[in-house]
Amino acid sequence: MKTFDYAKADSPEAAVRDSAGAGVRYIAGGTNLLDLMKLQVETPDRLVDISRLDLATIEERADGGLTIGALVPNSDLAADPRVIAKYEVLSRALLAGASGQLRNKASTGGNLLQRTRCYYFYDTAARCNKREPGSGCDAIGGFNRILAVLGTSDQCIATHPSDMAVAMRALDATVVTLKPDGDRRRIPIHDFYRLPGDTPHIETVLEPGELITHVELPTPPVGRQAYRKVRDRASYAFALVSVAGIVRVENDTIAAASLAFGGLAHMPWRDAAVEAALIGQPATMATFEAAADALVAEARGYGSNDFKIPLARRTLIATLRDLTEA
Amino acid sequence: MHFTINGQSHEAEVDIRTSVLDLLREHVGLTGSKKGCDHGQCGACTVLINGRRINSCLTLAVMHQDDEIVTIEGLGTVDDLHPLQQAFVRHDGYQCGYCTPGQICSAVGMLDEVSKGWPSHASADLSDPAFDDAEISERMSGNLCRCSAYPNIVDAIREVAGDEPDDRSAQAKDDVMTREVAA
Repeated sequence: MKTFDYAKADSPEAAVRDSAGAGVRYIAGGTNLLDLMKLQVETPDRLVDISRLDLATIEERADGGLTIGALVPNSDLAADPRVIAKYEVLSRALLAGASGQLRNKASTGGNLLQRTRCYYFYDTAARCNKREPGSGCDAIGGFNRILAVLGTSDQCIATHPSDMAVAMRALDATVVTLKPDGDRRRIPIHDFYRLPGDTPHIETVLEPGELITHVELPTPPVGRQAYRKVRDRASYAFALVSVAGIVRVENDTIAAASLAFGGLAHMPWRDAAVEAALIGQPATMATFEAAADALVAEARGYGSNDFKIPLARRTLIATLRDLTEA
Repeated sequence: MHFTINGQSHEAEVDIRTSVLDLLREHVGLTGSKKGCDHGQCGACTVLINGRRINSCLTLAVMHQDDEIVTIEGLGTVDDLHPLQQAFVRHDGYQCGYCTPGQICSAVGMLDEVSKGWPSHASADLSDPAFDDAEISERMSGNLCRCSAYPNIVDAIREVAGDEPDDRSAQAKDDVMTREVAA
């Protein structure tokens, strides 16, 4: 690990004021950042410790939604009775991720900003456009079993590793931030993440020094919720494919559907065409297959991850079956 | 820097990069916590900070100067073993023993989470999680054992959970009894 300066922030305003310069990173739980610093994938000059800021509570708003402090640990969010009762997909997604120890440390804001687990991003001897822009991509044509099949570019086929963020995407969460100039922003999660394109090192729309302070969940959705995760071992593994689904059926017809996907793309994936194939249709296998076809219409495998395309189809169909069973 | 470890005050001059694990092992002389992977993948370094289990390899000492750190040395001694230590001996919950301090610290934290009603991935009902072998395995999945003593680790934890006086653990004990009767 390269050495760094360290400062503990005593307010969000002080933290963003302390964030000037390219080599500054905020640290909260640190479970991903310190791992990357040990490997010298991340080499910050300065760490601003935000872990003791007063951002670790979950508040219910007048509209029935929840405002989640960025420092709420993943464990606490998953176990919150309001989350369990009204946003079960979020609790399920959190509990499907990492281990008990990591969930105790990992923060809500940090989870959103996790870096990819692409082997070549972690290996500083390999070429990686995300780690070192312009150097190339050894994942394309390499061992890419865990990598993306949707929204990829010829620069990067990394996946976003979070389970929580997939549920947040299905729930239409909003990311609330504080910028170094003191302005606050409310960014719909739909607009928060970027596809890799020619700049895979830029993963979100956050500006330098911009700090996530809260995540807002809208009024609870009506309908059944589920998070289905397929992985190489039964626990403590990243998703090959995951589906966060919220579906409401009325008179055997799908009245509302919100579906987001993990393990498939550079961001938690959501495709309006999938939902359009479901809404207003009978809850039958033919409908589910049409939605699954829409999901993978533009999918592209890179050799060892080709299996993800049929796996994504089947996982979506199985999730829809579970969500619509009488 | 100043730290509180197993109820005792410690002063240590450490490099800013020092993890809690390296603080314990290299500066305070508490070598019970083990360095397996140093990347949060194996759980051998698990300690309790303010009562919660965490991977001590993945957090900086400088960030925990005001916290209560408890290691395996703070849970029991050779002459006065913690109930989980006794149960691990009784059930042969280890072979080489390298993962054991982390397993036991993790189990202490895990049983506290169960007593608070926290659900897990194995819980059918998130509002009212059962406590059975599947729950123990899922909740302990952050602690790897290369000797694969898992069945005996689960036995040891289940026994101690059953001995706890609170309702939830009593329920767990009932579940175990029911299963045995059913078997």
